[in-house]
Amino acid sequence: MKNGYFGHYGGQFVGETLMPAILELDSTFKKLKHDREFNKNLNSLLSKYVGRPTPVTFCPNLSTKFGCKIYLKREDLAHTGAHKINNALGQALLAKAMGKTRIIAETGAGQHGVATATACAKLGLDCQIFMGVVDMERQKPNVFRMKLLGADVIPVRSGTQTLKDAINETLRDWSASTATTHYLIGSALGPHPYPEIVAHFQAVIGREARFQILKETKRLPNAVVACVGGGSNAIGIFRAFLKDSDVRLIGVEAGGLGIKSGKHAARFADPELGKPGILHGSLTYVLQDQNGQIYNTHSISAGLDYSAVGPEHSYLREIGRAEYYYVTDKECLKAFHLLSEMEGIIPALESSHALAYSFKLARNLDKNDILLINLSGRGDKDIFEVARYSGDKL
Amino acid sequence: MNYAELFHNLKRKNEIALIPFTVIGDPNYQTSLKIVKNAIHAGADILELGFPFSDPTADGPTIQAADQRALQSGITTDQCFEFLREVRSYSMIPIGLLIYANLVYRYGIEEFYAKLSDISVNSVLVADVPIEEATPFIKAARNSAIDTVFLVSPLTTNERLTQILAQARGFIYLISRLGVTGVRNDVQDLTIKLIKQIKRKTQLPIAVGFGISNPEQVETLARTEVDGVIVGSAIVKIIEENIDRPENINTEIGSFIASLKNATRGSCKIS
Repeated sequence: MKNGYFGHYGGQFVGETLMPAILELDSTFKKLKHDREFNKNLNSLLSKYVGRPTPVTFCPNLSTKFGCKIYLKREDLAHTGAHKINNALGQALLAKAMGKTRIIAETGAGQHGVATATACAKLGLDCQIFMGVVDMERQKPNVFRMKLLGADVIPVRSGTQTLKDAINETLRDWSASTATTHYLIGSALGPHPYPEIVAHFQAVIGREARFQILKETKRLPNAVVACVGGGSNAIGIFRAFLKDSDVRLIGVEAGGLGIKSGKHAARFADPELGKPGILHGSLTYVLQDQNGQIYNTHSISAGLDYSAVGPEHSYLREIGRAEYYYVTDKECLKAFHLLSEMEGIIPALESSHALAYSFKLARNLDKNDILLINLSGRGDKDIFEVARYSGDKL
Repeated sequence: MNYAELFHNLKRKNEIALIPFTVIGDPNYQTSLKIVKNAIHAGADILELGFPFSDPTADGPTIQAADQRALQSGITTDQCFEFLREVRSYSMIPIGLLIYANLVYRYGIEEFYAKLSDISVNSVLVADVPIEEATPFIKAARNSAIDTVFLVSPLTTNERLTQILAQARGFIYLISRLGVTGVRNDVQDLTIKLIKQIKRKTQLPIAVGFGISNPEQVETLARTEVDGVIVGSAIVKIIEENIDRPENINTEIGSFIASLKNATRGSCKIS
């Protein structure tokens, strides 16, 4: 396989100004990923600071309702409330090893921004987070959390003012600041080596989950389900199961108002708009018009509201190892309420997409079949947005 | 005319090339065409033209706004080709394109370059294709007899520079300072040092861009070994500032380009 590619997806499509920094990152990562001291530091942070391993939780009430055994991998219980912290700490340690003193990052839902701000506070790094003003509005609690953690949140007013534009702006800053600054990408996307780095640091999710579910049920799950924006939580849980060919790996995209409406973020589900293309450093499935202009997305969940998908997902889909489906905003909200009311867990709207598809899938499964869902984050950040949809005043 | 001829002629006259950049279709097809024709009259030696892209990550806010104006006017890739055909039928001035990878990829890399060859475009620079990913683009360019221009930045290592020079044709686009495109006021010593470094390694002409915005900077650069200057954001800014008074755009751009061209002439070189 060509360096930096998953099949023919991936690559390093960035301007010359960024290439030296990307090559530096690549060589640092290669050197440190199996380094004992580096991993000792990271693992100690993950266990004593993040609270890993996060548990796998059986959902008795939903299992009865849907007629199969439903388990959740509880990334919502990781420090800061989502899986994003795994990668943020890993990359912040890489940045320190490279002698960088400043971290920049994009954020959509704010979870990656909060995780990055947290890692920077903990490890003594300056931190600036770029966030679209539309996302700042719908994820207010996270904007304030980032500020509390000592980060500057820089509002992005260009384009659609969401995640895609925040990435554009972060790349622009980085073009001028690579000497002192590491760009801490939050999802399994961007130019090589980012998709590999993010998958590496998130793979802890799947390693733990596979061990935990085997220990509890003495067998592997029938399917592993995760939501897919850029796809970091999904690749994090999928990687441990890639060789278990009997385990279905299912990614769930944001169907927004439905595929036909054109207002969605389902790169794989829309055969007209979703085509291989080049965005933010990698060749992968991208929502775009006939001319190759990037198409504007819509999703109720800011974390899935993005035009491209991590290149490894394009590859896993092409070779048939993973399957990808979508659920709409409405289905997502229904699942959000269902998990809250029946199991006492308020999920992130992103993760609610994985739940919503799982509930559909469960109806076709046998009562002894096992579904493992990656609950990538908690929903506290979403309560204002959900209240707005339901017409409640907070 | 090809680049080698042009740079040679200018050198004999003790001039460097003035290369204005505009975005095709900014603010709309017809106005944009007038601006380009006007630039040719005012003294442009080479045209650097951009295909508008929704997510121009190597560009600063000024060029991004230009891309958005052009896209809002509804311009398509095919209309950009038509635009180039009209410019070509008007003048034989060398034309370099600046474009983002997805527009080429979506059109079909080979097909895209073949189309440009029909229009006699001289060169293409794909902003987000570094040497590592350039193979299919270079291949298509060679098949269509189009020069592939590469960026060199102040951070480009010697090793990378050698790799880039082995593939580069037409001229080298030297980024005068780090960051994205935009208006700045001076020329860094770093740039002058870089020019010397590259000149030692290649016969290719060097054009300096990113942040060139006034005749004083052009004059300073004209005294070095550099062969051309690319001025983008400062010109596009004139379009932006006169968006409600389109009749002013051409007078202002005309006199600005003339003043820049004047600054490229007859300087004695410092070594």
